Amino acid sequence: MNLWEAAREAFDSLSANLLRSVLTMLGIIIGVGAVIALVSIGQGVQVLVAEQVQSLGSNLLFVLPGTLEGGPSSGRATFSSIAGASSPTPLTLGDARVLADPLAAPDLVRVAPAFNRFVEVVYGDESRGTLMVATTPEYAAVRRVEVALGEFIASGHEQAASRVAVLGSQVAERLFPSGVLPLGETIKINRVPFRVIGVMRPLGGTGFANQDDIVWVPLSTAHNRLFRERTAAGEAVVSAIYVQVVSEERMASASEQIAEILRRRHGILYAADDDFTIINQADVLSVFGEITGILTVFLASIAAISLLVGGIGIMNIMLVSVTERTREIGIRKAVGAKRSDILSQFLAEAVVLSVIGGGIGTALGIGGSQALTSLVPDLRAVISLEAILLATGFSIGVGLFFGSYPAWRAARLDPIQALRYE
Amino acid sequence: MTESPLIRAENLVKVYRLGQVEVPALRGVSLEIQPGELVSIMGPSGSGKSTLMNLLGCLDRPTSGRYFLEGKEVGGLSDDELAQIRNRKIGFVFQTFNLLPRATALRNVELPLLYGRGDRRRERAEQALRAVGLGDRVHHRPQELSGGQQQRVAIARALVNQPPIILADEPTGNLDSKSGAEVMEVLEHLSRERGITVIFVTHDPYIASRTRRILRLHDGVLLSDEKLEDRSVLEGTL
Repeated sequence: MNLWEAAREAFDSLSANLLRSVLTMLGIIIGVGAVIALVSIGQGVQVLVAEQVQSLGSNLLFVLPGTLEGGPSSGRATFSSIAGASSPTPLTLGDARVLADPLAAPDLVRVAPAFNRFVEVVYGDESRGTLMVATTPEYAAVRRVEVALGEFIASGHEQAASRVAVLGSQVAERLFPSGVLPLGETIKINRVPFRVIGVMRPLGGTGFANQDDIVWVPLSTAHNRLFRERTAAGEAVVSAIYVQVVSEERMASASEQIAEILRRRHGILYAADDDFTIINQADVLSVFGEITGILTVFLASIAAISLLVGGIGIMNIMLVSVTERTREIGIRKAVGAKRSDILSQFLAEAVVLSVIGGGIGTALGIGGSQALTSLVPDLRAVISLEAILLATGFSIGVGLFFGSYPAWRAARLDPIQALRYE
Repeated sequence: MTESPLIRAENLVKVYRLGQVEVPALRGVSLEIQPGELVSIMGPSGSGKSTLMNLLGCLDRPTSGRYFLEGKEVGGLSDDELAQIRNRKIGFVFQTFNLLPRATALRNVELPLLYGRGDRRRERAEQALRAVGLGDRVHHRPQELSGGQQQRVAIARALVNQPPIILADEPTGNLDSKSGAEVMEVLEHLSRERGITVIFVTHDPYIASRTRRILRLHDGVLLSDEKLEDRSVLEGTL
């Protein structure tokens, strides 16, 4: 008996007991569906995070004060540093200026220091708490942001410490009533009037990385007119220094150059004593990749347990079926079925059950993940072939594994006794 | 047709073990059956005739003794080899028909072909059904057929691989006398036209009376071997 005949026989006997077959498949359907849906959503989240991090700019290095390890004396530098949490040894405008010197750090193309604070922005009766990023004209190129209207901070504004502001798209939208063009209007940042010179293109991003809920001002203006913080040496403090590196291959050497300059300026002898942190996209990506990866595997393993339960369900039903069909097995053996024929017939039934279940489960998993992600903007489920192959392969394996014991029981039945079975 | 016997059994013994007790079912049966013979094996229940049929049908192996089928010893073959011999050499007809209830007559008849030479399966199955007069019932399921028709489907199934032997175990036991007579006619016809050896296992004297040789078993021993020519001669003189 060849494979095709075995599959046909299996179909015949499974369709004769349709309800039971469907119920048996349910475990596999749910298991495969859950695995595929969870893996697809998990990979979708990974892609989303990767896109968001990449949208921060290419060949970008973040230089932040403090260390990520956060020892007892060093301030804990996290992304909150970007938002301006103070730290014991701050980065200064002077640090940024030296980094910008092409002779000191040849692999750096552009350097954009930024001073970040939460401020209150007011236009007319409308007021809004938002993040102010005070920076230099290089920022736009380093962070790859573009204006939709007007212009970004220019070097003239920086030199003159002009009271000009560029609004994130969301700030502009919320602050100005529809129909009012923000360009040329005067807003107040912490009660100091600023003229709006530009509105940024929407960038997307959510949570900490929401790039649209920001107001940009020249760095010199912030230091002279809004926040007069200085270090003990009288240097202007910056919250972060964004660095664009000449090429991706030079990222490591650029990091080295930055570290060397900063250690010299901060009087640090050993790398272990660093009071700053250099982060690149790959670091951020790998941290998030790791977290989402672990979560995906964890959830998928829970889903895989239901595959196991489904397999046990198949075994249970197959055992019942073998007992019920003892006489049929006897007849088949009497007319010449060998052990292997009976074995493959019952194995085929188990595999057909699990493969059909796997197919329906795959369809439901894809549909389910699409439905779920349609509720979350920007998140797209990534239907990976690997997940489908893995789940389908696993379900065939489950069918073979849990079908083999009942099939073996059927194959070794004695034809005389089987024929006598009532 | 006398060159070699189709079936030759030498001193067949079969002992069943029921726990600690050994129950002898056959205690040394020897017989020869020639191709094309129409034979009845008779005996009261417990005489060992079912055991003998299982041995002759290669469903079981003797405890001792030798069994030759077409000159080849089959007593020591493996389960799978026996299955192959059942497939090619032996057709079974059972008292309870033993058809697959969910399959059509055609599928039932095709069954032995599934486990053997599989070419032109449908055609050969249809041919076998026509041979038993059921050419118009091909797509009926067993429960849509009368008892006599079901038994004829079973005969078509036994026939489809063109085996030299058909073993019929009380083939009319579950039938009324009219259907029983029809079934007997079909089997006699096959024996006459195709030279198939038909062995009946029965305690129905009516069946025995229509065969030309009667083997009588009692307590696992062959009591008598009545050749039929004698009787037909006798009937002719009466």
